[in-house]
Amino acid sequence: MSDIVEKTLTALPGLFLQNQPGGGPAAAKASFSSRLGSLVRGITALTSKHEEEKLIQQELSSLKATVSAPTTTLKMMKECMVRLIYCEMLGYDASFGYIHAIKLAQQGNLLEKRVGYLAVSLFLHESHELLLLLVNTVVKDLQSTNLVEVCMALTVVSQIFPREMIPAVLPLIEDKLQHSKEIVRRKAVLALYKFHLIAPNQVQHIHIKFRKALCDRDVGVMAASLHIYLRMIKENSSGYKDLTGSFVTILKQVVGGKLPVEFNYHSVPAPWLQIQLLRILGLLGKDDQRTSELMYDVLDESLRRAELNHNVTYAILFECVHTVYSIYPKSELLEKAAKCIGKFVLSPKINLKYLGLKALTYVIQQDPTLALQHQMTIIECLDHLDPIIKRETLELLYRITNAQNITVIVQKMLEYLHQSKEEYVIVNLVGKIAELAEKYAPDNAWFIQTMNAVFSVGGDVMHPDIPNNFLRLLAEGFDDETEDQQLRLYAVQSYLTLLDMENVFYPQRFLQVMSWVLGEYSYLLDKEMPEEVIAKLYKLLMNDSVSSETKAWLIAAVTKLTSQAHSSNTVERLIHEFTISLDTCMRQHAFELKHLHENVELMKSLLPVDRSCEDLVVDASLSFLDGFVAEGLSQGAAPYKPHHQRQEEKLSQEKVLNFEPYGLSFSSSGFTGRQSPAGISLGSDVSGNSAETGLKETNSLKLEGIKKLWGKEGYLPKKESKTGDESGALPVPQESIMENVDQAITKKDQSQVLTQSKEEKEKQLLASSLFVGLGSESTINLLGKADTVSHKFRRKSKVKEAKSGETTSTHNMTCSSFSSLSNVAYEDDYYSNTLHDTGDKELKKFSLSSELLDSESLTELPLVEKFSYCSLSTPSLFANNNMEIFHPPQSTAASVAKESSLASSFLEETTEYMHSNAMEVCNNETISVSSYKIWKDDCLLMVWSVTNKSGLELKSADLEIFPAENFKVTEQPGCCLPVMEAESTKSFQYSVQIEKPFTEGNLTGFISYHMMDTHSAQLEFSVNLSLLDFIRPLKISSDDFGKLWLSFANDVKQNVKMSESQAALPSALKTLQQKLRLHIIEIIGNEGLLACQLLPSIPCLLHCRVHADILALWFRSSCSTLPDYLLYQCQKVMEGS
Amino acid sequence: MIKFFLMVNKQGQTRLSKYYEHVDINKRTLLETEVIKSCLSRSNEQCSFIEYKDFKLIYRQYAALFIVVGVNDTENEMAIYEFIHNFVEVLDEYFSRVSELDVSFFNTVFHGTWQMHSGPYQTRSCSVTQAGVQRCDHGSLHPGSPGLK
Repeated sequence: MSDIVEKTLTALPGLFLQNQPGGGPAAAKASFSSRLGSLVRGITALTSKHEEEKLIQQELSSLKATVSAPTTTLKMMKECMVRLIYCEMLGYDASFGYIHAIKLAQQGNLLEKRVGYLAVSLFLHESHELLLLLVNTVVKDLQSTNLVEVCMALTVVSQIFPREMIPAVLPLIEDKLQHSKEIVRRKAVLALYKFHLIAPNQVQHIHIKFRKALCDRDVGVMAASLHIYLRMIKENSSGYKDLTGSFVTILKQVVGGKLPVEFNYHSVPAPWLQIQLLRILGLLGKDDQRTSELMYDVLDESLRRAELNHNVTYAILFECVHTVYSIYPKSELLEKAAKCIGKFVLSPKINLKYLGLKALTYVIQQDPTLALQHQMTIIECLDHLDPIIKRETLELLYRITNAQNITVIVQKMLEYLHQSKEEYVIVNLVGKIAELAEKYAPDNAWFIQTMNAVFSVGGDVMHPDIPNNFLRLLAEGFDDETEDQQLRLYAVQSYLTLLDMENVFYPQRFLQVMSWVLGEYSYLLDKEMPEEVIAKLYKLLMNDSVSSETKAWLIAAVTKLTSQAHSSNTVERLIHEFTISLDTCMRQHAFELKHLHENVELMKSLLPVDRSCEDLVVDASLSFLDGFVAEGLSQGAAPYKPHHQRQEEKLSQEKVLNFEPYGLSFSSSGFTGRQSPAGISLGSDVSGNSAETGLKETNSLKLEGIKKLWGKEGYLPKKESKTGDESGALPVPQESIMENVDQAITKKDQSQVLTQSKEEKEKQLLASSLFVGLGSESTINLLGKADTVSHKFRRKSKVKEAKSGETTSTHNMTCSSFSSLSNVAYEDDYYSNTLHDTGDKELKKFSLSSELLDSESLTELPLVEKFSYCSLSTPSLFANNNMEIFHPPQSTAASVAKESSLASSFLEETTEYMHSNAMEVCNNETISVSSYKIWKDDCLLMVWSVTNKSGLELKSADLEIFPAENFKVTEQPGCCLPVMEAESTKSFQYSVQIEKPFTEGNLTGFISYHMMDTHSAQLEFSVNLSLLDFIRPLKISSDDFGKLWLSFANDVKQNVKMSESQAALPSALKTLQQKLRLHIIEIIGNEGLLACQLLPSIPCLLHCRVHADILALWFRSSCSTLPDYLLYQCQKVMEGS
Repeated sequence: MIKFFLMVNKQGQTRLSKYYEHVDINKRTLLETEVIKSCLSRSNEQCSFIEYKDFKLIYRQYAALFIVVGVNDTENEMAIYEFIHNFVEVLDEYFSRVSELDVSFFNTVFHGTWQMHSGPYQTRSCSVTQAGVQRCDHGSLHPGSPGLK
């Protein structure tokens, strides 16, 4: 059947061409339209680019005249299009023809239409405005009875289609999924794939139809649907685990040669299809033992079958290896995969070698011994003639870097860096070197020198994070103060020597780093006086090649140093020179310096030595300006209105007719309050508050909201982190293992050396230095301590906090010197607060100790004693906090009592709140765990009930939940059970709170227990959470709704078709209320208002309106992702019911 | 994902280009020049994959004609490499003279590819009617592959 269609389609172009002499595809060449032919020949004959340009411009102008002439027939137009496409392909603008291409697609007969569509898909891009004109044509062709026209329309849709017009064609394309011809079905699937790529929300409701396509009897349709699945599984693999079986079956059939022979490529069955399937399996089986087990067999078979010696089988093998290493491991398969990698790496064919290196890079973290096996090949590749191979090798080495081989690897990387010129390579490599240097630097000198190399080569193209991180590292230091000082001193010294060199140019970024470091840490120098440093900086300042941004950094450094120098002629000369500078920025800096220079006392207090890390306390409310504001207001100035308010007011004044619901009525009620003369605007409200409190508290800054990380003694959380460091810093025994391995390696090497040449020896040496420590790391992995490698420059927790903050914070560092006079006042405040500070710290310490005690609270007596002791020692400070401190022991004491009443309390809770059905999440012969969700008002309560099926008693059963990225999981009391009786059920409950919005999330955990006294067992499980679990009704009035509606910026609109059963608005809303927990506020005629909130308190509003059987949904929320998500859920509910 | 598909000859003349992500027309010429330059600079002993900016180029040389495919990082290089060959085989099958290496080669190829370009069906049906040529359903080409669907 399909073949007949295909053949007809094949014949079509032939038929058209038969009008011209000859016929059939071969004759097409001869009969090819002479105009294009001569154009192509003409261009080929030309020798210079200039001539080509002339010819094409000539061609284009004649084409322009032809296409716009009214006498041009469609047939001629088609011919012109072909030439236009050719010209544009050569890089000449042919935009005048775009509109004609659309016309041709609209009006022409089949062949002309096809050329028109082709031209459109080549000329236009997704957001081109002319594309909208194509929509009508596509809709018309999709409805055509001519198969060829339908196919053409589908093809163009799958290539290019305006996003916002998808609803117009979606139903038509959906229908095509049931078409009797497979070519149409396949094209329809591809069109939907395109939609999924550009607007995933809009096709979400037809996911079920993709499943049908996956089961289609035509292989082409099935293969097309794999693209959609690959994409969807990449986004969320947990939703498609049930399809694993199908994918495995398909792959089995493909590998087993069950496909028609026409799918073979060099007698390999559908290789690209296999690769696609392997990728999908890899994504599905990741970290999931159950799913992975399903695919072991077929992977084994793929590895076995793909032994044919052909490139395409290598491609399949590569994908297989990748899959084997990304799913839950099975040792047999891993072994086979490792063998495959070996084959690749050792192959003389360069392309295979490349693949081998790439595969090694993938798997190296899981299996470092593999690198040891191939170390000699890797060394050879490192000196390979092909820079691409070299770079891939460096990438591999980058992954295996550790504290022992860092110097060699970084040296190799630097060598490569010096040779390469391409900017992208430099940026990439420099970033890696900087990262490695920070992590594993063996000593100060090496670190500074490596960073010098990074800065001078990376220069101005490298990522700005690198210098920022470096400066931050220097400023914040590590755990050891003397070590820090040495590092800083070394940096200062090395920069001074670098600056001494004549005729060397450094990149601007490097100069900026130097000037900051010199400004901050020159005081560490013994011999050289600040004056000399200033002189050097001055010399740089006078250099013309230095950019004005760098000059600002330089003058900042000079300013810092001036406060330390006693008197300096250079500074005066500098001030003199730059106060008349044409650069206003420099002039301002110079004036600042001048004024500070005149008042040495102020300068010293403003620019303290080595205080770059202390946070500036900034009064964001600008309360010190309140007096000024009050004065202004009393003199009749208008109160300040924030930007958005001004805009809204402007809009409401301009609006005469408002077509949007609520806009008018609510805006008037909303604005009257704001516009009333007595009312204080939103902005002044804030400062008004601060004026009240500010008067009382000017001497003691408000400290809520400001994170206290730094105390007088330095970084506060240090105390806590130190204990962690100590436990982590036990590398001594491991090191001995490493040494053993090293020796083993060298011994092995030595035994081989005898017969090898000197060159070989060098390579061996290099190898042993490169792969040192790798073997031992694998032993560490076996022990289950992956992260025990002690980092030289362990960053503090603060550094990790937020990358976005980094730029600003370094900015702060430079600004610290230029803080305006008002800041001096804050500095004073800062000191007055240190008392408060120390108290705070002590409090922390105590709470820490209480935690420690809590964890080992076996007896209560000493506990209470200790607490009474601490409350005695610091009675005043803890006056308010006593309650909190005593809380934990209370709860442990009460926990026993609570436990007994647990079961009954659950029953109460479940009747009170909505809850899901219990679902078994894991089991074994002894226990089974099932879970259900209780949707409480303020959180999601997860309950795991553990049933002991065995006749034995279980000891210390404990359930733990791994911390998840998006959630905060809190354990409810009574979670560790000392004894679990035979055949009993116990429940664990956890309250889950959301930390940031997401769409799908996973909560994983494990249950551990002891059987009898001897062996303990563990069982892992995971539970899916959706955002829906955190949606709660928001009960507000219609008035509030209106006010809120206006204040939200994110809105989403969509029309949804209602099924017949809920054609009336109330019933439709009822469904939404039941399924999605939305609160119905009001129903007015054919409109309805609903509201909900995402816990803890992100509101989302919904306005719906019914026309016939279409429900128009309009969401608004303060959160950008929420409306999209809810819309999707609504669609699902409406379609599903 | 495939980003573009190019056929360029040694002189740097583009014979066929198809971009799957919109690239400004002025940048195309620049990109094509750089791509061919980096392909020409490589010898037979070097591998057929080039890292170029943030994507990879996979090229194959047929006489004086280079077929270059630009892909992103997630693609399997060898699969693309073979895909190019499959493409050429299909051309060869459809235009019986495509493998001729004489001067008229370029014209032929251009015409040929032009046909492929204009006729989304031929290639596919060609693969169906002529056994031995694999159906060119290669995935990564999908968002709008011109001739290969």
